Formats: sequence, structure tokens, C-alpha cells
Amino acid sequence: MAKSGVIYGINGPIVTILGDVGFQMHEMVHVGAQKLVGEVIALASGKTTVQVYEETAGMRPGEPVVGTGAPISVTLAPGILNNIFDGIERPLSSLKEINPIYIERGAAVDALDHSKKWETHLTVKNGDSLFGGAIIAMVPETPAVTHKIMLPPDAEGVVCDAVPDGEYTIDDTLLQIKGRDGKLRPITMTQKWPIREARPISKRFPATVPLVTGQRILDTLFPLAKGGTAAVPGGFGTGKTMTQHQIAKWSDADIIIYIGCGERGNEMTQVLEEFTELIDPKSGNPLMDRTTLIANTSNMPVAAREASLYSGLTLAEYYRDMGYDVAIMADSTSRWAEALREISGRLEEMPAEEGFPAYLASRLSAFYERSGMTQNLSGTEGSITIIGAVSPQGGDFSEPVTQNTKRFVRCFWGLDKNLAYARHYPAIQWMTSYSEYLQDLAPWYTKQVDPKFVDYRNRLVYLLTQESSLMEIVKLIGGDVLPDDQKLVLEIAKVIRLGFLQQNAFHKEDTCVPMSKQFRMMEIILYLYKKSRSLISMGMPMSVLMQDGIFDQVVSMKYDIPNDKPEMFDEYRERIDKFHDAVIARNG
Amino acid sequence: MAIEYLGLSAINGPLVVLEGVENAAFDEIVEMIVDGNRRQLGRVIEVYKDKAVIQVFGGTEGMALRNTHTRLTGRPLELGVSVEMLGRTLNGIGAPIDGLGDIDPEKFLDVNGKPLNPVSREYPRNYIRTGISAIDGLTTLIRGQKLPIFSGNGLPHDQLAAQIVQQASLGDAPGASDDGATGPGGEDSGGADDGASFAIVFAAMGVKHDVADFFRRTFEESGALSHVAMFLNLANDPVVERLITPKVALTLAEYLAFEKGMHILVILTDMTSFAEAMREISSSKGEIPSRKGFPGYLYSELATVYERAGIVRGLPGSVTQIPILTMPNDDITHPIPDLTGYITEGQIVLDRALHGQSVYPPISVLPSLSRLMKDGIGKGFTREDHQDVANQLFSSYAKVGEARALASVIGEDELSDVDKKYLAFGLAFEQRFVGQDPLENRTIFQTLDIGWELLRMLPKSELDRIDTKLLDAHYAEADTAQTPPGA
Repeated sequence: MAKSGVIYGINGPIVTILGDVGFQMHEMVHVGAQKLVGEVIALASGKTTVQVYEETAGMRPGEPVVGTGAPISVTLAPGILNNIFDGIERPLSSLKEINPIYIERGAAVDALDHSKKWETHLTVKNGDSLFGGAIIAMVPETPAVTHKIMLPPDAEGVVCDAVPDGEYTIDDTLLQIKGRDGKLRPITMTQKWPIREARPISKRFPATVPLVTGQRILDTLFPLAKGGTAAVPGGFGTGKTMTQHQIAKWSDADIIIYIGCGERGNEMTQVLEEFTELIDPKSGNPLMDRTTLIANTSNMPVAAREASLYSGLTLAEYYRDMGYDVAIMADSTSRWAEALREISGRLEEMPAEEGFPAYLASRLSAFYERSGMTQNLSGTEGSITIIGAVSPQGGDFSEPVTQNTKRFVRCFWGLDKNLAYARHYPAIQWMTSYSEYLQDLAPWYTKQVDPKFVDYRNRLVYLLTQESSLMEIVKLIGGDVLPDDQKLVLEIAKVIRLGFLQQNAFHKEDTCVPMSKQFRMMEIILYLYKKSRSLISMGMPMSVLMQDGIFDQVVSMKYDIPNDKPEMFDEYRERIDKFHDAVIARNG
Repeated sequence: MAIEYLGLSAINGPLVVLEGVENAAFDEIVEMIVDGNRRQLGRVIEVYKDKAVIQVFGGTEGMALRNTHTRLTGRPLELGVSVEMLGRTLNGIGAPIDGLGDIDPEKFLDVNGKPLNPVSREYPRNYIRTGISAIDGLTTLIRGQKLPIFSGNGLPHDQLAAQIVQQASLGDAPGASDDGATGPGGEDSGGADDGASFAIVFAAMGVKHDVADFFRRTFEESGALSHVAMFLNLANDPVVERLITPKVALTLAEYLAFEKGMHILVILTDMTSFAEAMREISSSKGEIPSRKGFPGYLYSELATVYERAGIVRGLPGSVTQIPILTMPNDDITHPIPDLTGYITEGQIVLDRALHGQSVYPPISVLPSLSRLMKDGIGKGFTREDHQDVANQLFSSYAKVGEARALASVIGEDELSDVDKKYLAFGLAFEQRFVGQDPLENRTIFQTLDIGWELLRMLPKSELDRIDTKLLDAHYAEADTAQTPPGA
């Protein structure tokens, strides 16, 4: 039944078969005596090329390659959350049972637990007429998330033989669907979906709601919309992973898919350990309850690295279809691009820039375009937000991956080496970063936070821009010769940098800051600026203003004012008033 | 099984092509007999039906198309591992070269290793005290970490690595002034019990004879030699062998750590030679180069070396890696240091300018980083104020650079008072905090106290990275007591 061929040549993860044995493009195949998972990536009449998702050492020409008849897919059913998978959805905890320390090759394990019984509540009854993608049952997957069982997108018809509520495994038939042709189709909780194919949706909405992350520089200066795309490029040590971790921890998404693509093993362990302990402030449950990790660490097979991004994306789409806001952290897309390059090199394709294949840009755009705020087939609304880390070679943003990514994302958080050297974290450079969502989100901020929010935000950015141009002068002639009003701009910009932009991920209060506090902080800083400017215009020198230490107090308000005590901001306002009056009294 | 093939169909640099073979496996090891007497090992790196491309470890000198007999072994390259390898000197593929006889292996292991399952890993948290302020204070080394030294030719990276090896100990227990367990080189008696489970695996790839000798001598002088397994592939040894040397060394390290429960410190020098060897082989294979002629899989290959470090949950041992690499032309954006930095958990960068000012160790602190530091320091590990002091030193020293740039334009006299203080701070920081004697072994408390001493040179309002409470507690110390701490 299954088509099969024999191996002709082996070069790293690339295996070739002479002739055409009838495999389809992207078909999943089992390669060699060890039955390693592979995928058909090129077909010619004389030659079939397969990439193998595992180490091929020890494989010999002449060994069989057996087709499965289906493209490489992920299994979608309850049990995905609070789990860690490799790039082709094999749970690492099951692999651990096979070898307690290392990952063995050719280990055949099920993606999800087939024996576990889930408490199921059916939301449809016999005789209901359903369309593809409709929600048929609810399963509490974790304490934080209810898994909504849906019909496969291509199933349509009338419900028959629905089972009563109770405990079922993911393979049990919950109901039958009688199609127009009168045939019965049994429906279980499980769906298989090819990873390279986007799941269908009804329509897309424009982005109007921000993904609130609790990170001031992101939420206030360069906001990302739910359903949007952002890139975080930065050289090593600038804090890409840290930024991703912070968003994964504190953002208000319902589901987090964290893809560790070609990164460090210890980092995945850290996420796993930390997220199991950390409590989600919204639901009161461990963060892992809403998180799935996909780990293809840098020493795991390169072909699976290429697949890991698509696996993660497909899982995300599945949860989006249930009506959840999903955020994907892809750390790092450069490793994925390098995996493309490595495979392309072994296929002896003509390279474009820096050895990357010419289709790099189209693959990147296809990836980022699977994001979006959508109306789903089930009638619910959900979103996929993609945050991709980019690791530019030599920290140089002009390299192909960064440049091509910039074309397809609308939010760019550029990390800066010098800020990182000075341990200014998050090291997001405010002059080079941008967000195209600002206009789209302005109504939300006006309505949900404060009508003055956008105005304040723009004034903050303006002050920082002024600082940047003044610093050019300071670098040449020193700060002492500047007039006092310009000195004030420098001081206020310093307050903004230290007191607002800089955020301590290890501080209990500062690690995640609500929007209202972000707004009040801006307000106080700008109020300080206003009052100081009035003093300067009265002819007070900057040195007099600095004596009271009010600037330092405003800088440390991020620590001194707890997140749940916004009324303390009024006290700061009074302090600034007092400072204003005291300076006048002393020097007036 | 034991079919011998006579002759080759092509020889190109370190690669040979064998045709008419049956059943050759990808990545298997072949044995070759050249001229009837010389034995060579090779590895199958590409295979097509009856044709195999073989990479010869020992180089192809003296090989002819007709004088070579090849035999397939049917196995990947394996290393016979044994605790007895400690104290021995071996060549780049693990054969003894010290004339002390053969090693009786306890087990044979595939040198390619397997990826550690992230679920099995334990996140490293125990800090290793090196006694070097710039490392302990600012880029703390954690047991199970991979922390490379980025150096340049002519810089004292070897001395630094040797000093780390000699002084490395398991941290100062908070509150206790005494040393904890000591490394093999420590002269303290405390090393007696824990010292037995601490060993060093040293791998040299393409280093000069002098360098290998320096390490051997240093290990000998400190009495550590019996705890060191040395794998040597010197500069004039075959290039292909270099590709295997770190893997061989790490195979032994993993065995000792995870099967024998030892704490292993692996020193790999020089990773640049390893990467260069990869480029050489890649180009003779005719592969499409990516950056600077290096193959596209440089990242993956480096990762398979560097990722073989860590701690496994529930097992007593650990593998800590200190790879050394020389940055070609001191360029940190060169592909080798660049890709290394993306894989390793931080880096220690050496600086030629500091070396020129006779600062030892010449660690350029700003680009140096330890990613695991944040979870292994502070209350319960080192001292409560550690993170804040480190942040403040980084931040203040970054400002020193700005003040210096300004001074070089407008002259030192024209600087503001604060900037002048920064200049003085910068100099003192380099001389007293970074700089220390090659034999000086500072405790973490000494290191932090020196840090405070230096920070007091700056006005309190400039110290914006330190928690107000800590600042009040420590900054005032000198004002009131006037006692130089750490004395």
C-alpha cells in the first residue's frame, strides 16, 4: 500500500532516492532501518530528495524509505498546553522516558497522551446542523484554559450519535457528522493538520487592540497590536531572549507558544522551570498552564529546526480558531533562516545574499502573514501575534535576515549593544525602533487609558529626540556650555531614560507595570518638566534645580510607588509643587 | 564485514573517494593502510550507492590511488573512556601519546554525542569562585555554564585560563569567611574531599607547542596534573583531526560527569583553529560558502560542541566549559566569535589596550557578560548587593568611556567636575578592580568591597542603579567609619 523507495545517497540531513517512487511534495516519510522522520522536499523524474529530521549517522544506501501518504503534520487535541515538544511535536518528557539524559534517535513517541481521559462537555446535540470548524465540545485542558473541540474545517452536516458528557480520550468518537451525501463521519477530539498549510479563517480584522506586555518601552513607545508582528533584532548579549521571556510572562495573551529555535538548551530549561513556578496574575494559575514550549536547541537536528517554526504556528492557529489571543515567541528566526541556508547549500541551490537561498524573503513573509486578528470558522474572534527574535551576524542590521524581516513586520524593536554594555535594560534603542501600529491603536489608548495618553507619549519621544541631537553637541564641546533650557532637556531625558525606559525584570514591582501606572509616570515626568521649565524661564540656573534631588526621586518612583497604589502619584505632584515653590522662595 | 578495498578513485586534500564499496554507512569510520604499514583513520562524510567520500584524519600525504587498503569498521568514531585517562596525555583522537602504555577502556562511546534533553537539564545556579574580581564580580561563572574567553593573538588568555583552573572553587558560602571546596589546584586543605570529584579535561586544537607545554607545566606546578586529561592536536598535527578533538574531549567529560558524578571543567583552545579546519574541509568538498568562506553549518557545528555542557537533574556531576578563541584581527564581529557568542552563555572579552597598560587580566568588562549570573548571585549565593553593584559598575564604567571621548576633544581641564570624577573612577577601576596579581585569589566579599570603594569616588546622585536601601547602607560606610573595607 505505502509507496517506498531505497536510499541512493546521504549527505548530512539530505537523503536522495534515485527515480520517482510516487511520493508527494512535503510528504512525511520514514527513512532507513531506524525509521527516522523525514520530509520530501524536492521531486524530479530522476531523483527524489528527502530531508531527515534526525541525525543520519550510520545510515546506509540501500535502506528503505517508506511513505506515509500524508504531509508532515501536527496532532491537535487537548494535552498541548503545559507541555514541551521538539520541532516535530514529539513531547520531550516522553523522550526522557526512553533515555533519561539524552535525546535518542528514531524514538517513536506519540505527540499527545492517548490514554488520558478528559472531562468533556458537549455543546451540540443530535440533529444540530453544523458547518466546518464549529465548536462541538468543551474540555478543561488546564485550570487556566478551556479547550474547545472543533469540527475539522472540511466537515459539515448534521450531528448524529452524540455521546453524553463524560470522560473521553482523544481517540474516542464524540459524535458522527452526516454529510450532504448521507455518509457518516466519526468525529473525535483529534485533528491532524499539515504544518506548512495555514488553517482557514472567515475574515481578517484590522489591528485595534494592543498586546499589553507591562513593559513600558513597548506598551507606551512602540506598541504591538494583537494580531500584529514584531521583530526583536540584536547582537548577542543585548537581551533578545530576555525581552521574549518578559513578553511571554506578562503579556495579556491567552495562550503563549514559545519556540526555542536553535537556541540554548539551558534557556528552555529556564523557561520550563520559571513558568512552572510563576503565577499568571490574570488567572492565578502557573504560567505553564497557558504555555507550550517547542524546543529545538542549537545542537538538535537542523532540519527539525526549520520545521519547528511551522509546528508552533499551526498549534497557535488551532488555539486561535477557538477564539483565543495567541502570542508566538520565535527565538530566533535567524537560526531558522540559517537552517534554510544549510539545507539549501546541501541541495546545491544557487545562493543569493550571504549564501541564503533566494526564497528567504518569500518564506519569511509567508511566516509572518500567518499572524492576524481574525474571525474564525467557529464564529469566534481570535488573534495570532508573532514576535520574532532576529540574531544578526555581527550585530549588523544590514544583513539579509534583518532586512527581509523588516519588510514584513510592522513593529521593530531594535536592541542596541551600547545600551546593553551600560546595562540599560531593556536595551531597546528608542531612536531606531518604530511601531506602525501607533495610529491604529490610538483610539484604544484614548478610550481605555486616557485621552492624553498619545499626546504624552509623543512628547516623551520628542524630548528623547531633542536629547539625541543635543548629545551630538555635548560630545564635541561638553555639557557645561549649553544654555539652561537645553540642560533641562538633557536632565528630563535622563529621567525618562532611567526612570521610564529602563525597567528591571528582576524587581517585584517593576517587572510588569499596568498601563495606568505607565500613564501616571509619564504625567509626573512631564509635570516635572513643565514646572522646571517655568523656573528656568524665570532665570534660575539648572544647578539650583538639581539641588533638591527631585529628579532622582522621580527616577526611582518606578520602585517606590507600588503598582496597586496609584494614589501615591498625587503625592509626587505635590512634591514637585513644593520643589517649585521652594526654589522660588530660596532664589526669588 | 571485513572486506578490504584496494585503491582509491580520487584524492583531493584531506578527502578521498572510494568507489565500488558495498554497505558504507554515513558517518562511519574506516581504517586505511597506506603502503602496507601506515595506519590511518577516516570518516565517511558523504555516500552514494557504491561511492563513499572519506575524510582522512591523519592527512593524505604519501597516499596514492593504488597503495591504500581501506576497511569499513561499521561504527561511528568511538572513544574508549576510562577514569584512568585523567593524568594522561592523548592525541587529538584519543590515543595515548605519553608513552605510559595503553588505556584499558571501561566503555566505548560515540564521540558525536547526543543532544541533552532540555527536560532532563537542571538550570545551573551554583557559582564558581575564580578569585578574579572582573569575573566573580561582573561576569560570574556558574557551574554547568559555557563561558568562552574571546581573546586575540598575544593576549594572556592562557594565563587567565590557567589561573581560573587553579583558583576555581565552589564559592564562598554566605557568612562563612573560609573557602568551600577547592579545585584541584587549590593549595587549601579543604580541597581534599571534594577535590577528588573535580577534574579537568583539556583539549588543544591547533595550538603551538609552547602553549600546550605552558598548560602542562602549570598543571604540574599546581599539583593538578593527575586530575587532567590532555587531548593535544598541535599546530603541526593533521587538520582533520582537529574537527574531532573537542568532541573526543567532551565525550570523556560527559562520561566522567554524568556516569562518574564528577565536576568537570573543560578547556578548549583554540576554537578558531577548529572553525578554520572546518572551512578548509568544506572548501575541499566544494560546498557553497556563507560568510568569510565558512560553511553554512558553522553555527550548528559549533553548537554541537558548546551545548555539551550543563547539569542533569538528579545526577551529581556537571560539565563546565571554558572555550578559548582568538578573534582574527581582534574583530568581535568575525563569524567565529560572533556565532560563538550566540551559543554560549556569555563571554569574557580580553582587550589589547588594557593589556598595553599592563593591566592583568586585561578583561574588557563592557562587552563581557555572563548570562547565568543573575540566578547564581545575590542573597543566599554571594551577597545581597552583588547584582546592584555589578550593574552600577557597568553603568558607571560605560560613562567613563563618554567622559574620555569628551576629554580627548576638549581637553581634560575643560571637563565638568562630575566628568573628572568619572575619569578618576575609570582609572582606579581598571587598576584596582580589573587589575590584580596573577597569583591573587580574592574572595567575593573583597571584590564587592573594592567595588564599593570605587563607587564612593562618584557622587551619590550618580549611582542610579543601586536600590536606595543598599545605597544608604553601603555608600555611607566610608563617610562615617573611614575604614577601607576589605583590608
